[in-house]
Formats: sequence, C-alpha cells, structure tokens
Amino acid sequence: MATEANGEEGGLALHPMAQFEVTPLFGGDTVAWYTITNVTLWMAIAVIAVTALLVLGTSRRAVIPSRVQSVAELAYGFVYKMLEDITGKEGVKYFPYVMTLFMFIVMANFVGLIPMAFTTTSHIAVTATMALLVFFTVTVLGFVLNGGKFFGLFWVKEAPLALRPFLAIIEVMSYFVRPLSHSIRLGGNMMAGHAVIKVFAGFAAIAAIAPLSVLAIGAMYALEILVAFVQAYVFTILTCVYLKDALHPSH
Amino acid sequence: MEGDIVQMGAYIGAGLACTGMGGSAIGVGNIVGNFLSGALRNPSAAAGQTAMLFIGIAFAEAFGIFSFLVALLLMFAV
Repeated sequence: MATEANGEEGGLALHPMAQFEVTPLFGGDTVAWYTITNVTLWMAIAVIAVTALLVLGTSRRAVIPSRVQSVAELAYGFVYKMLEDITGKEGVKYFPYVMTLFMFIVMANFVGLIPMAFTTTSHIAVTATMALLVFFTVTVLGFVLNGGKFFGLFWVKEAPLALRPFLAIIEVMSYFVRPLSHSIRLGGNMMAGHAVIKVFAGFAAIAAIAPLSVLAIGAMYALEILVAFVQAYVFTILTCVYLKDALHPSH
Repeated sequence: MEGDIVQMGAYIGAGLACTGMGGSAIGVGNIVGNFLSGALRNPSAAAGQTAMLFIGIAFAEAFGIFSFLVALLLMFAV
C-alpha cells in the first residue's frame, strides 16, 4: 500500500482494493453489526434514490409523461415483461419481489459509479444475502406449491433411465451451487470493474502515460455503466428462471 | 523473501486459476457470435431471444467467476 506517489519503482499511487474497505462513519475502528459504516450510507442512498424515482414518477400521473415518469414506467414495464416472459402468468404474483431486487441492484450499481462513492454491490456479503434469499424463497416456494413433485426438478424424464441417477447428482449439485454463482457473478463483476478503473487511476500518477491512462479510465467507465445495468438484468433474469423452476418443476 | 514457498505456490496457483477465465471468455464469445449470426439471418426473431442470450451468457460466465473466486481465495484467504 504505497502512499508516496513516486516512492518506489512500480508502486501504484493508490491501492486498487482500498476503495472496498468498510469503515465506520462516526469514528471508532471496530465494525459491529450495528455500526453505521459507509456501506450503510450508500445502501441507504440507493434505497432513497429508488424510492424517490418511483414515488416522484407515479405521483403526478400525466397522460404525457414527464421524464421521471417515463423512466419509472420503463423500469416497471421492463421487469414486468421479463418476469411474464419467463415464468408465465403464475409468476406475476411475485412481481413486487423481483421489482424490488432489480431496482435496488441497478440503483446500487449506478450510485456506486459516482466518483468517490462506495459500491455496495461489490461486496459478496451484500450480494450473497440477496442470492441466499432468492435461493431459500425458491426452495420453500417449490416445496409449498408442488410438495414432493419438486424433486422432479432433479429427475430428468427425457433422459434414458440408466443415465438419470447420474444426471440427478449433477442437477442437485448445480442446484446448490446456484446461490454461489448468483452472488459472485454480481459482486465479482462490480468489484473487478471498479478495481480496473483504480489500477488505471494509479498509473495516472506517472506523467508520461497519464493521458493514456485517463483515456483508459474513460473507456472503462463507459463499459462499467453498461456492466452495471447488464449485471442487474442478469441477476433479475436468473431470479426469474429460478422462480420458474419452483413454479413448474417438471423438466 | 526466503522460505515463503507456500505464499509463492498460492500466487502461482492464483495466476493459473485465471486461465479458467479465458475458457469462460471463449464460451461467452461463442454464444454471442452464434446469437448474432442467427439474429442477422432472421432479425424478426432476435428480439424474443435476448433473454435466452443473457441466460446463456450468465451460465457460461459462471465458470469464469468460479476460477476468479479460486484466484481470490488463493490471494487473500489461504
């Protein structure tokens, strides 16, 4: 962790992982579960931003929508169509949950892109909470709605009988690895992108390659805006796919 | 510098684990390339398949993410 910019050869001016440090906001250096940290702050900002967008967007429901209303309507229609396409009419009941997930993730990702902001979704602890919630929701829902038939998810009827036990093992494994890949996909993508930006920012301290590094930061930032949206989309669409498994477990 | 051979092994392992990401990149490129070639032949059907495209990308990407996780574990947790 080199603090002097020109101290040693090859040392970066700022450590790329330093931006992910969880620090208490109001003094002290122990982080307990009740401590208000920068994670708490930026999560609260994301929640407030989502609430503001949706409340402001729907407060004056004009026939010719304002900009805020258009964005709110677009977001609603986008998530609704995604859910309906994948799960069918039965899945529409779970729209509030999916919409909440999508709006929170997309807003947390975008808020994290503000310079000096903290990206809450880059932490596995945050994404794993959401992914585990999806996992347990889907599992409980699957057993409540289908009872023992939910095991049909692991018993591939189309395959030859001799192959089915082996496929069942693979299916069970892939079922339990879901929350892992679900959470690390979002967290890893956000963390990697922000770390790359900070690596280029570290190179900007060397005068000879500073213009190139600033250009690279600009390009990476543009890519990160795309990634922020696509990862929220992927997280939500996988939630929809898992919900579909709970609603229609037969393969 | 001397004797810390476990640390060295962990770093080498982290670097090797990153090669897994290359395989995942090939997979993602394959999916998108095939989607594009299909979409250009029948553009009217393409819009309905973007969800499938992203689901496929997500599953192909998962293995790159697992190797990334292994690299991270080797760097920071072992």
